[in-house]
Amino acid sequence: MPAIVRKLAQRLGMLQHSFVGGVHPNMHKLSADCGIEDCDLSPVHVLPMKQHIGEICSPLVAVGDQVLRGQKIAKSEGYLSVPVHAPTSGRVVKIEEHAIAHPSGMGLPSIFIESDGDDTIDESLSPISDWANSDPTQLRERARMCGLAGLGGAVFPTFIKLVQDKRFPIETVVLNGIECEPFLTNDHRLMLEHAEEILEGMAILMHMVGAASGIIAIENNKQDAAEAMQLALDARSDMDDVAVMVLPTRYPQGSEKQLIYTLTGREVPAGKLPMHIGVLCQNVGTTKALFDAVVHGRALTERIVTVSGDALPNPANLRVRLGTSVRTLFARQGLEDFSGTHIVHGGPMMGERLKHPDFPVVKSSTGLLAMSSQFMGSAHTVEQPCIRCGHCSEACPISLVPNLLADQCRSDQFDKAASYDLFDCIECGACSYVCPSNIPLVHYFRYGKGQLALQRREQAFADASRQRSEARDARIEREKAEKAARRTRVRQTHAPKTDQAKADTDKPAAVDSGAAAVSKESKD
Amino acid sequence: MPLIMLSSPHAHGGDSVRMIMLTVILALLPAAAVSVYLFGWLALLLIMTCMLSALITEAVCLKWMGRPVSTLLDNSAALTGLFLALTLPAATPWWMAVLGSVFAIVLGKQLYGGLGYNIFNPALSARVILLISFPLNMTTWIMPMTAGDPAINLYDFSTCATLFLAGPGALQLGFDAISMASPLGYVKTEATLGVPVSEALKAYDYSYLDAFLGFEAGSIGETSALALLIGGIFLLARHSITWHIPFTYIATVLLLSGLFNTLNPDQFAPPMFHLFAGGLILCAFFMATDPVSSPVTPLGQVVFAVGCGVITWAIRTWGGYPEGAMFAVLLMNCAVPLIDHYFRPRVYGHDHRNES
Repeated sequence: MPAIVRKLAQRLGMLQHSFVGGVHPNMHKLSADCGIEDCDLSPVHVLPMKQHIGEICSPLVAVGDQVLRGQKIAKSEGYLSVPVHAPTSGRVVKIEEHAIAHPSGMGLPSIFIESDGDDTIDESLSPISDWANSDPTQLRERARMCGLAGLGGAVFPTFIKLVQDKRFPIETVVLNGIECEPFLTNDHRLMLEHAEEILEGMAILMHMVGAASGIIAIENNKQDAAEAMQLALDARSDMDDVAVMVLPTRYPQGSEKQLIYTLTGREVPAGKLPMHIGVLCQNVGTTKALFDAVVHGRALTERIVTVSGDALPNPANLRVRLGTSVRTLFARQGLEDFSGTHIVHGGPMMGERLKHPDFPVVKSSTGLLAMSSQFMGSAHTVEQPCIRCGHCSEACPISLVPNLLADQCRSDQFDKAASYDLFDCIECGACSYVCPSNIPLVHYFRYGKGQLALQRREQAFADASRQRSEARDARIEREKAEKAARRTRVRQTHAPKTDQAKADTDKPAAVDSGAAAVSKESKD
Repeated sequence: MPLIMLSSPHAHGGDSVRMIMLTVILALLPAAAVSVYLFGWLALLLIMTCMLSALITEAVCLKWMGRPVSTLLDNSAALTGLFLALTLPAATPWWMAVLGSVFAIVLGKQLYGGLGYNIFNPALSARVILLISFPLNMTTWIMPMTAGDPAINLYDFSTCATLFLAGPGALQLGFDAISMASPLGYVKTEATLGVPVSEALKAYDYSYLDAFLGFEAGSIGETSALALLIGGIFLLARHSITWHIPFTYIATVLLLSGLFNTLNPDQFAPPMFHLFAGGLILCAFFMATDPVSSPVTPLGQVVFAVGCGVITWAIRTWGGYPEGAMFAVLLMNCAVPLIDHYFRPRVYGHDHRNES
């Protein structure tokens, strides 16, 4: 629909708000009908010390320690951080660096836990069944202690968003069941199979932030999930102000800012959070995890992972313990030979492409895709010159002008790119998806952002050094001046009157030139 | 396929430069077909010569610049050749067609760095070079086969080939014998003699239906509004172009001419005359929408198109040349970087349009 018609229809109230741009990729939801299966325990689980956005954790256990499922094995070292827990009972066999799901192939310090097969649960966290009468701050601490981070893929520490701030009262809790990435079906299956728990989790969320109303947002390619949620909602009497909203399928609908605009017609101001406009947005998986943390006292030790891809024989949705080797998951679904296969961690639009399957499942593992060379090859062909067709601008959900931004990043005009709002880019990939010249626009934006961040760090460092150096110079000058003044006083009292003129001419020289003053001092 | 980039997204919509160019070529086919109907073998020879020489020039340039000659397959050079041919009069001799194509590719495109880097529309810039260099040839309009009593049979291959290769002298004909004035040119000439527009049109035996169908004198591809509109609607339907440029451009010309025609019908031509005359529809749907030399953002495109409309109408009304559409597009091409900078859309979460 042309933008002008859409805007007109919105004005007339004929259509709900809807974010600008976006694309309609082929959804490939191969595993939509596959029920969630439990995945067997691995012999060894590898737990990287950072599975969230923020600061890295430090181990609390030593090699040889026995741990229980849900036991905290690493503690957060800063505010923007959540702890890591043992996914099953067993013994810590080593603590060393291991490859993680990062395209560079970099690793992180990780704790290796050898499973004892008993899967004994750590019962130290008591369930809070009467959460409705509990202090929200206590529940918030529970979310932090249980290691909750956004399971939609961004893994932002959940507890930070669950705050009651009198300046920014939360009016609406938005439950994000959009799942707009192709291939991924983990949220879909979770809503179908765990609607009650998710709703209970939503009720907890609303209690925690004091929100009066709620919206459960689902795209119309998951009608069954919407019906399941509606059914569960109808069965509850305490959630009258919560509605299920089915939205037309369009990528990136599931992006927080785009979803909030579609649902409320309000934009999250640049550099602000949804809470600043009275909205809390949580992924359905995270909400289910919050339910488990509060009602069952369980830490985050497992998640639903969609194992799929056009090169995978048996796509599935698996309930996987964190730290499970990705290679075993693929093997379970019938893929053992990885030659000619590309592994993608996450969805195809925003996920990372990895060189090998030897990395563990972490909190951000929404999907694990095995893609054929043909599929990947069609997306990554040789870059051609930009013909300025403007399709990228049309597709951009935040109204950037991607082709100009890419030009600026490519020619290292980073300040200019920043003035064209480079940092507002959400890296959704819609621009690259539509580009007829196959320009990896998002890649240029990441490069530009990285370079700018580096420049700013260096600038801050240089500024700090300069300030230090200036402060030092000022101090030396001051001391010189004081010394000179002292000397003058001494000479005035002791020296014969004829030296008065000489002392006067010396004084400004001592203040002006440090070096001259130093040499003079040494003579003195 | 080589895997050169590993950064997300790992999916692609399947659009390609080659397909975009091919779509535009397809959209121009109705206009090309009408040109052959009107001007017979002359039109066909002209189109073939222009496309072929554009392709050869592009190949030589690519080879010379050390770039893969397979770039030719992006169809952009073929499109430039076709564009140029459609903006030329039927009587254009072969050497001028070749020269024009070389200008278009070398001066209009490759000197800027090749596809995507040119400031001006290559075909239009070549046409302007030809118009300024050979004003007589470029304003001599052969009578189309639909014009009552054509002096020569354009459906006869040998006549056309002789005319195309050796000029009218070889047929023992003066240009005057086989040519006629275009409506725009006629009205302009009469206006300088003080004849009111309405009377000039009457004297020309002007018919809106003929103008719409294209049965009149003009460049081979610009005469038929109908054929061009079919192509334009195809482009809109295929989402190769958006409505912003063509509609705003045409609306601006209609609005301005309508306003002034109401104020003084003797001096200013009516809007429908402006709409069907000359290259307005060709420029609005095909030339001004050339992605490389037009603004990227919707708002910028509207501003660009308003500028095109104003300049087109102003040149037609007060300028020295009867037709202003191509000058208008080229002049606005210069302004594109500026427009792109100042008319960016408001970014999500920002209060105002960014100023920097």
